[in-house]
Amino acid sequence: MTLIDNKNKEKYSIFSIIRNSFTNHKKWQIAWKNPVPKKNYDVIIVGGGGHGLASAYYLASVHGVKNVAVIEKGWIGGGNTGRNTTIIRSNYLWDESAAIYEHSLKLWENLSQELNFNVMFSQRGVLTIAHSEHELKEMSRRVHAINLNGIDSEILSPSEIKKFVPIINIDQSLRYPIMGGFLQKRGGTARHDAVAWGYARACDSYGVDIIQNCELKNIICKKNKIVSIETTLGKINTSKLGVVVAGHSSVIADKVGIKLPIQSRPLQALVSEPVKPILDTVIMSNAVHMYISQSDKGEMVLGAGVDKYNSYAQKGSFPVTQQMIASAIELFPILSRLRMLRHWGGIVDTCPDASPIISKTEIEGLFFNCGWGTGGFKATPGSGHVFADLLANDRPNEIAKPFSLDRFEKGVLIDEHGAAGVAH
Amino acid sequence: MLNIECPYCGLRDEIEFSCGGEAHIVRPNKCHGLSNKEWSEYLFSRYNPKGIFIERWVHSSGCRRWFNLVRNTITNEIYEIYKMGENPKSKEGKIAFKKNWRGSHKDEFNNLEKINVKKKN
Repeated sequence: MTLIDNKNKEKYSIFSIIRNSFTNHKKWQIAWKNPVPKKNYDVIIVGGGGHGLASAYYLASVHGVKNVAVIEKGWIGGGNTGRNTTIIRSNYLWDESAAIYEHSLKLWENLSQELNFNVMFSQRGVLTIAHSEHELKEMSRRVHAINLNGIDSEILSPSEIKKFVPIINIDQSLRYPIMGGFLQKRGGTARHDAVAWGYARACDSYGVDIIQNCELKNIICKKNKIVSIETTLGKINTSKLGVVVAGHSSVIADKVGIKLPIQSRPLQALVSEPVKPILDTVIMSNAVHMYISQSDKGEMVLGAGVDKYNSYAQKGSFPVTQQMIASAIELFPILSRLRMLRHWGGIVDTCPDASPIISKTEIEGLFFNCGWGTGGFKATPGSGHVFADLLANDRPNEIAKPFSLDRFEKGVLIDEHGAAGVAH
Repeated sequence: MLNIECPYCGLRDEIEFSCGGEAHIVRPNKCHGLSNKEWSEYLFSRYNPKGIFIERWVHSSGCRRWFNLVRNTITNEIYEIYKMGENPKSKEGKIAFKKNWRGSHKDEFNNLEKINVKKKN
């Protein structure tokens, strides 16, 4: 296991809290610096979200590449990292997906210890419910496939679901009654901000520069090789550029004439006012397009499906919101009088096969990690881990290989619409 | 919610329509000589601009007919709606039509123009 470089960072523990209380908590060491960009970096990561910061962290900690910068046009974790419903699971159908998401889940299980930062990872279980005979049969096929990959999953009957989630409505008079479901007990949620901050602090401990408010303006290539980039803070030289910008991948790719099979769409979520604990797991329904969990603050966190048209507007379309709330109320009548506090949209980059792209490109030194669609958060550590490996060694490892961009030329798509199309 | 003016039925709400993605994608001329890369571009690569975008929509809960629409993907403003087989006439539509990578391949572009002319005649 790699660890945060503790020589440069004060260890967070109960003793450090006590120690700092003597100085009224005014002398805590700064978690990460705000450096001015250097002239040269070995690797520049574009995008300071979870995936970008994780990539930089594993580059420094696993591969020893420490002359790294992460540039972010806003603030770290302010994009999709701060705009998702924080669901983590690895119950995917195909072997390729199972490998990467399970790799990620295993990293999640140890992340708080590794980063010395509480990411509040809670394995409260993720329950996906089925609303028709057909869906239930498809689900059992999926569970068998998942089990064969050594990942935990089990089928629950409606009465077992009711026992597991007392507030759910299993009445057969519903328009889409609950016929059963499947549960991954090791799935759960984590605190999105803590993930970005934990990785940022760990990056900083290795001397990685995190440069915020620095937008990529142009990519300069010579002889089909990356030589430098132009940013709002000036020109920076590098021979390797990792683009991890979620919804804006096509915009960056367009600057160098690369055509990506990606469509950017809004995915929306909302939270209610905080209430007493009523739901200690995550419930998802692909059929009625809704997923729900309760945050540690007590807010009910609800998510919907993606909009049906491309948009960079960071707000979803109203019919999608309406449909998500209608489904939630039918499944959980107890929620009907809750007031919603906040509602937002994030721009997700969806691939034709609902699987990500972790790949080299036709330009030497330019790498893309994108196309995570509606489900990037759960993959944060795994994605960063394999992308760092690709950046350091110039070749994808066994886990990343199937997700290369040339799968669209070879026809070896990884169709995960069943596991990923809606609720990720 | 978008309000879309179907060229056949008039102004309706977004929920009556389905979006078919990028418009003006033309099946390549010389299918047999096409490389894997060119096929994959035709099948999977999609223009995905931040700004003005031309897309196909279908009035699926209405007349079920397809048409083209010029929309700004940042503000959701709709500039123009025109029928299948036609080219955009608005300033925004013309710029977006030219900017699109589909036009960057000479062969593709000529093909596209040809088809549109044929339909007009």
